[in-house]
Amino acid sequence: MTGDGGLHIRSLRVVIGRDAGTTILHGIDLDVPRGQVTGLAGESGSGKTITGMSVMGLLPTTARASGQILFEGTDLLTLSARQLNAYRGARIAMVFQDPTASLHPMLSIGGQLTDHYRSHTGASKREAKDRAVEMLTKVQVPEPEIALHKYPHQFSGGQLQRVAIAGALMCGPSVLIADEPTTALDVTVQAELLRLLRGLCDDLGLAVLLITHDLGVMSSLADRIAVMKDGRIVELGDRYQVITAPQDPYTRSLIDALPAADGASAGGRCADGADAARLPGSEGSV
Amino acid sequence: MNALLELNDVHVSYRQPGRGRLSAVQGVSLSLDGGRVLGLVGESGCGKSTIAKAVCGLVPVDAGTITFRGEPIRRLGLRRRDPHAMRIQMVFQNPYASLNPRRTVGRQIEDGLRVNPDQSAWTVADLLTGVELEPSWAARYPHQLSGGQRQRIAIARALAAGPDVLIGDEPIASLDASLQATIAQLMRRLALASGAGLLFISHDLSVVRVVADDVAVMSAGRIVEAGPVDRVWAQPQAEYTRRLLAAIPAVDGLGRLPGS
Repeated sequence: MTGDGGLHIRSLRVVIGRDAGTTILHGIDLDVPRGQVTGLAGESGSGKTITGMSVMGLLPTTARASGQILFEGTDLLTLSARQLNAYRGARIAMVFQDPTASLHPMLSIGGQLTDHYRSHTGASKREAKDRAVEMLTKVQVPEPEIALHKYPHQFSGGQLQRVAIAGALMCGPSVLIADEPTTALDVTVQAELLRLLRGLCDDLGLAVLLITHDLGVMSSLADRIAVMKDGRIVELGDRYQVITAPQDPYTRSLIDALPAADGASAGGRCADGADAARLPGSEGSV
Repeated sequence: MNALLELNDVHVSYRQPGRGRLSAVQGVSLSLDGGRVLGLVGESGCGKSTIAKAVCGLVPVDAGTITFRGEPIRRLGLRRRDPHAMRIQMVFQNPYASLNPRRTVGRQIEDGLRVNPDQSAWTVADLLTGVELEPSWAARYPHQLSGGQRQRIAIARALAAGPDVLIGDEPIASLDASLQATIAQLMRRLALASGAGLLFISHDLSVVRVVADDVAVMSAGRIVEAGPVDRVWAQPQAEYTRRLLAAIPAVDGLGRLPGS
């Protein structure tokens, strides 16, 4: 599993605050291999986002991280901010939940897609623009040439998230961290983006770390799933294993809390499509 | 016999500076009876929140009528809300924005109790117990509670007024996935126990399926399909509903991507 260009997190511990502080992560071990989507599930406050932020060196100033985050043989935690800049945005990219917040409202899409690319690669404006058009085409933004001159408010949420993904892919990263990439979007738009992310992962051999609380998204996209609770990984395994036969009681409670346990859809009911989707306790309430 | 709440061919539009008018709701008819839960489902921008606002008198209606217990809903102005209209209560998406951060939750629930015509119906302690919180929490402030607990307070406050119609406008969208179904169930149980009708607005069909009796699916300002929730789920008639259902990711561990 190691040495394949993916990301390998070892005993990652994060403490926030002065003196003893509060321990946010209690020693996380996680491999994010290339060509796979590794899911990180859990409720708000479980430490999923902090795990992603640790990789990018985006922890709050009072936070202290220990352990190792290995990428191409380098421990990212030992690097200075300057050294880390050679990796983040270029070799390791991130997509955030809310594209209206992660993109600057007053800069054109073209500017936002090319600035970091030119800084990392030293490309000319012309080359950077061509690359941006190529990436926008890849993420299926209509009329990429025109899109470069537009501003974030001129796009819908789904299109804007595509633009954000294009920005993340500009420098040809080998690791993509997607933190709740579809949570802010409608289900039909979400479905399109999940297809896009799957395609990108397969075509480009990306190591994708998918952070989401939505087990539906997890089940569709992730190859392996890690479930987090209170800063620890309580369960880690293959998607099918974790969803259908959870070992940890916490994972089981997450799955039991879902409204439609049969997961049936109009397109095709799944094999074990039990029809009684009402929750325990929902009947006899009238 | 008229329904408790009836919308008849309602049109609502918004003025957009320099760009004419945006027609948000185009001829929507709905009816809700006491003791029933009507789910209203649709994607962002389809007009579902506009309907909630129109029912509360928060936006003016261009055409059509909204009647509550046979009387039309008047637009809410600067004056005190019509006592008749106070029998319609609403729970909003973000409980942090809908609760006053500087007053204890107990006092905010008392505000609701004050407009309840049946003064002996509830006490703050009853309501807190009803939403499964400790009665002693009445002395707490909203920031001392988690998102799910705050939303329980918002529900208790709405119920305190003894509404005939309770409207939940995406009441669970800002909560953790594992909490959503619980809170939705709680709203259903409490609304029905008090004999009120519940209009439950959500973009999430899978949650609406477990709380609603009937569902109306909205797209681009119109109702594209309405009917008993089990029928709509199992045999969707409209193309849009079918697409919406197909886009819900299944939690089956098979790694199938939703959509067609």
